[in-house]
Amino acid sequence: MNPIWHIARKELSDGLRNRWLLAISVLFALLAVGIAWFGAAASGQLGFTSIPATIASLASLATFLMPLIALLLAYDAIVGEDEGGTLMLLLTYPLGRGQILLGKFLGHGLILALATLIGFGGAMLAIAVLVKDIQLGLLLWAFGRFMLSSTLLGWVFLALAYVLSSKAGEKSTAAGLALGVWFLFVLVFDLALLALLVLSEGRLSPELLPWLLLLNPTDVYRLINLSGFEGGGSAMGVLSLGSDLPLPGAALWLCLLLWAGASLLLAYRVFKRRSV
Amino acid sequence: MNAVDMRGINQRYGSMTVLHDLDLTLEEGEVLGLFGHNGAGKTTSMKLILGLLAPSAGEVRVLGRAPNDPDVRRQLGYLPENVTFYPQLSGRETLRHFARLKSAPPKQVDELLEQVGLAHAAERRVKTYSKGMRQRLGLAQALLGEPRLLLLDEPTVGLDPIATGDLYELVDRLRQRGTSIILCSHVLPGVEAHINRAAILARGRLQAVGSLASLRREAGLPARIRASGVSQSERWQRRWSQAGHPTRLLGASSLEVVAVDGCKLMLLRELLGEGEPEDIEIQQPSLEDLYRFYMERAGDVRAEEGRA
Repeated sequence: MNPIWHIARKELSDGLRNRWLLAISVLFALLAVGIAWFGAAASGQLGFTSIPATIASLASLATFLMPLIALLLAYDAIVGEDEGGTLMLLLTYPLGRGQILLGKFLGHGLILALATLIGFGGAMLAIAVLVKDIQLGLLLWAFGRFMLSSTLLGWVFLALAYVLSSKAGEKSTAAGLALGVWFLFVLVFDLALLALLVLSEGRLSPELLPWLLLLNPTDVYRLINLSGFEGGGSAMGVLSLGSDLPLPGAALWLCLLLWAGASLLLAYRVFKRRSV
Repeated sequence: MNAVDMRGINQRYGSMTVLHDLDLTLEEGEVLGLFGHNGAGKTTSMKLILGLLAPSAGEVRVLGRAPNDPDVRRQLGYLPENVTFYPQLSGRETLRHFARLKSAPPKQVDELLEQVGLAHAAERRVKTYSKGMRQRLGLAQALLGEPRLLLLDEPTVGLDPIATGDLYELVDRLRQRGTSIILCSHVLPGVEAHINRAAILARGRLQAVGSLASLRREAGLPARIRASGVSQSERWQRRWSQAGHPTRLLGASSLEVVAVDGCKLMLLRELLGEGEPEDIEIQQPSLEDLYRFYMERAGDVRAEEGRA
């Protein structure tokens, strides 16, 4: 069988063995259920409010969590094997560097996808069963979109983690870089964009600004999940720029896919240059 | 076709040249010992054969193809120096993983575990293995898929004398089956009986390559003859010393004479004809002596290392 699958299989069984898969699934399920029932507690309500509100809260949480989990899962993929001494051995086997990288991506990607499906899917089932008069169609559509885009977001950050892992000479460097990447995309980018908006005092072309959101995969992810609901006025901060974006929803998906593909390609180029 | 063909290899890392004009061949079914000090270029040579490095100049062919050809890699086994594995996998899981990657038949896994004496520890995690056990697991890994070419980098490090003996026995068996082997080591005693040819590397240059007999001839190192129970040993010492054969007394009735090339048989004849010794021991120059000779000829390597 294909060597890519053999590498993926090992990553997958590692994920089961060290209980990553279990931990992420449980975390997702708890968060989703918690948000669904207690998300409105701040406004004095208890219990399930609405599907759009739930999805919006879940999406803003997953924006933080998914990249972090993906980076944690994959930051040592290459540098860890190198430090452990197994990378050199693997490279003497009849498989190319691209195959090693793709195998890792497939394995880690499956772990993330499964955890998302089990965790958030479980929460969706709980809502469907426990909440009366729920619009099942809307629930399925909204959660399906949310789970798919969350997985995709995770994949983008897996690929980014491989870039760092292929570049870094030591595991600790890779971990530091991973935190940096997380910080950059999850926190700094939006702040910088806001600062740009304020400082430019409208001198920047208003047509250009929304496009800048596409430079951040987490913003693309949030745009995907916030759009499509009736009265989508829930967009806050820089994301309100997104409503000016003359792009169909499919283009946002494509953009996220492109992010994953381009990062993976970059990771391959960096990995190819790495000497063992 | 040679198993390995290295022609005119130069290898540079930045401004440092680690291999100079290296020409090395390994015939099919031959065992070549590759010896050298730390930093002599042994591991670099291995990496070139494994296709992990591309030579700065020159050409490497392995089994008639480019070294990074997947078909070559499927027929190649490699035991790295200080081999390590995934600590959380068991010995059997480790071998299964590597067997799948090499498309080796799964039934080989248990055979090899048995062969290297790890069957009893197959279920244990590699984390709990001793260095010797890891080394043996590494060897089993290298033998997956019945390779035609085997590269062993310091295979005896961490092995006890019995396991070392087993390893050399295995090398002999593999050689009989037609496997070509390169054995890289700086543990010299005991290895000489198991190699066809020795190659000695120092400071990135091949100092000598050939069978032990030819290296001995080339080096012109003397054999030592020890005789015990010789009456009038002082007389023998005087006579031989005057004739130009360095001789020293070992106790009352024993002596040792250094036989520089060609004199060995003559000295023995004299000794047997007139001395009536109780016992005679002849020490041929060992691999260690040859190694020391070529190292010294290559210059003061230790001083070089000290500066590096």
